[in-house]
Amino acid sequence: MLSIKNLHVSVGDKPILKGINLEIKPGEIHAIMGPNGSGKSTLSHILSGKSGYTVTDGSATYQGKDLLDMAPEIRAREGVFLAFQYPVEIPGVSNVYLLKAALNSIRKHHGQSEVDAMDFLTLVKGKVRLLDMDEKFLYRAVNEGFSGGEKKRNEILQMAILEPKLCILDETDSGLDIDALKIVSEGVNSLRSPDRSFVMVTHYQRLLDYIKPDFVHVLAHGQIVKSGGPELALELEEKGYSWLEDAEASA
Amino acid sequence: MAVANSSQYLEAYADRFADLSEKSDSWLKQQRTEALAQFSATGFPKARDEEWRYTQLSALDKTLFLPAQQSASIAVDVEWLKNYQLADAWSIVLVDGFFSAELSVLDGLPAGFVVSSLTQALAEPASAALLTDKLNQAVNFDENGFVAFNSAYFADGVWVYIPAKQVLAKPIQIVHVATQSAVAINTRTVIVVSEQSEVQLIETFVGLEGAYVSVAVAEVFVGQNADVTLYKVQVESEKALHFGGTYVKQARDARFRHDNFALGGLLARSDVHTDLDQASECELNGLYLGVKRQHIDNHTCINHLKPHGISRELYKGVLDDKARGVFQGRVVVAEDAQKTDSQMNNRNLLLSNDAEADTKPQLEIYADDVKCGHGVTVGQLDEKSIFYLQSRCVDEETARNMLTFAFANEMVDKVKIKSLHDVILGQVLMRFPQEGIYKEWL
Ligand SMILES: Nc1ncnc2c1ncn2[C@@H]1O[C@H](COP(=O)(O)OP(=O)(O)OP(=O)(O)O)[C@@H](O)[C@H]1O
Ligand SMILES: [Mg+2]
Repeated sequence: MLSIKNLHVSVGDKPILKGINLEIKPGEIHAIMGPNGSGKSTLSHILSGKSGYTVTDGSATYQGKDLLDMAPEIRAREGVFLAFQYPVEIPGVSNVYLLKAALNSIRKHHGQSEVDAMDFLTLVKGKVRLLDMDEKFLYRAVNEGFSGGEKKRNEILQMAILEPKLCILDETDSGLDIDALKIVSEGVNSLRSPDRSFVMVTHYQRLLDYIKPDFVHVLAHGQIVKSGGPELALELEEKGYSWLEDAEASA
Repeated sequence: MAVANSSQYLEAYADRFADLSEKSDSWLKQQRTEALAQFSATGFPKARDEEWRYTQLSALDKTLFLPAQQSASIAVDVEWLKNYQLADAWSIVLVDGFFSAELSVLDGLPAGFVVSSLTQALAEPASAALLTDKLNQAVNFDENGFVAFNSAYFADGVWVYIPAKQVLAKPIQIVHVATQSAVAINTRTVIVVSEQSEVQLIETFVGLEGAYVSVAVAEVFVGQNADVTLYKVQVESEKALHFGGTYVKQARDARFRHDNFALGGLLARSDVHTDLDQASECELNGLYLGVKRQHIDNHTCINHLKPHGISRELYKGVLDDKARGVFQGRVVVAEDAQKTDSQMNNRNLLLSNDAEADTKPQLEIYADDVKCGHGVTVGQLDEKSIFYLQSRCVDEETARNMLTFAFANEMVDKVKIKSLHDVILGQVLMRFPQEGIYKEWL
């Protein structure tokens, strides 16, 4: 699904990612943890095509294609979805409008006709219920005036409707109370399938109780310093990151 | 090319003045004469005048715009006019500044309500008596050269009278249609809404291809505890000049709202001035869109004269190509106007490097217990928002169009009359790239 090899990324002259290697197979869930400022969001952004970064070395291949060469919207239409750490407010564009525009772009990209208005509403309303949201949210401007938790839920709603192949969740669990976390997790779990993969950036092991990862990676100072199974997250919860950073420094 | 100055205008308009003077009652003749004296002393405004420093008036010197003649008007295509004239409103139509009975739709206006040609109203003793108290009372000719010019030479216009304690079921629309070129169309509108009445009015300015100049002065009197919404839709021809002034007097507890859509014209200037009495409220909204070489100028002045007044103002501009937009907004709070609550905002979106926005909010506060604020922004589309939309499958160009449209649409969405909303929406969409804007989803 996604193969990242020796990826180096800078902002201006400042190197941020310093040789990331990551293999993600269809159906897998990878959790990425790591201290603040280690480069987790940078990795999410570079995979989804945000401008302002320079790739100085390495590659990212998605479904056999050079991911880094594609425009952001093409990546999205090909099935890459980023749930933002800080979702952007778009005054004047309603949720339902954006969802329809997005869905139709994907369909067009795959040579399909526009979605039927009734089918669309049925689909959207079903997902709204799944995420225990109020239908009124559909008609409000994208993220405008939403609480932190509502914004995160809205990201997952979009994901559930667009049905991407590679879902990158950047701290979707941060700032969610336990009830909201359960709902969001259920939403994510309902999307699990053998041909859909997840990258979940998180600071909290708690999320992984609800969405069980296949792999846990620790990103520190722009490199993956340790990889393991779900037990690694528990160890991190207990010991923090310093033992890894120390190990890295002494290596 | 002929070079015109105010003395050439005086000469070219001498016959018109003599004719108008002769037809006017003595009080009006007196007013016209004073206005003429003012105009001959000052001429059109000059760039050295602070209120006019952004407004390029050289076009008036390059061409001598002669007085529009009713006989020279081109027949208006009724089907075309339907794009602007609302079917669900009473409407009065002026063609090149002259009342057209054929095009106006005034049947069924309830008894006591008057919507008529100003000239006809002045010729009739009952309405003339009302007008002596109103004409030139919301604005004086020394306001500026255009008001003086208009007061001296207006040939026709509109008179609207709403009796007390009435709620009008349908809006009243005043449609100004320009069919000629190289002429000045001078109209005066006087609107009186008596106490405790509620009314919605629309002023639409539209033209054929011509390079004409519209000089339109409207005086609006909002009676005690009355409620007036006035929409202005300025979609003049691409080559036209537009100088429109709306001067409002609000009585105690009166509410006035003005929604100003400045979309047309090569050079368009609008002035909206309102005087607030005790506990009166005003809301001024504006949207100006400039493309190509358009210059769109907006001036507002909110005068809080008495305590407890509330004013809210939001003007938004979108400027593309080499267009220039100006916002000069003044809020004056008199010494007496304690507990005034006023907020003024101006937001500009620049879509090209050659576009320009000049914004100048001015607060003059002479009272000490007030809540007044203002904010201005001039910026480009937010890159974070563009990326967010791209990450949701929308291509960059469409994302830009969506965001631009959303910015402007905030003002369109405020329009509560459905048919008018749709006309304005159409006009806004027409002026900007629409790729990716799905009107039917809005
Ligand atoms: N546009 C930018 N310009 C300069 N520095 C940047 C920029 N974007 C990110 N950085 C820097 O790159 C480093 C990694 O940032 P990033 O946001 O990827 O960290 P993170 O792991 O997501 O942190 P957090 O856990 O706080 O979300 C930080 O030092 C940050 O300051
Ligand atoms: Mg981050």
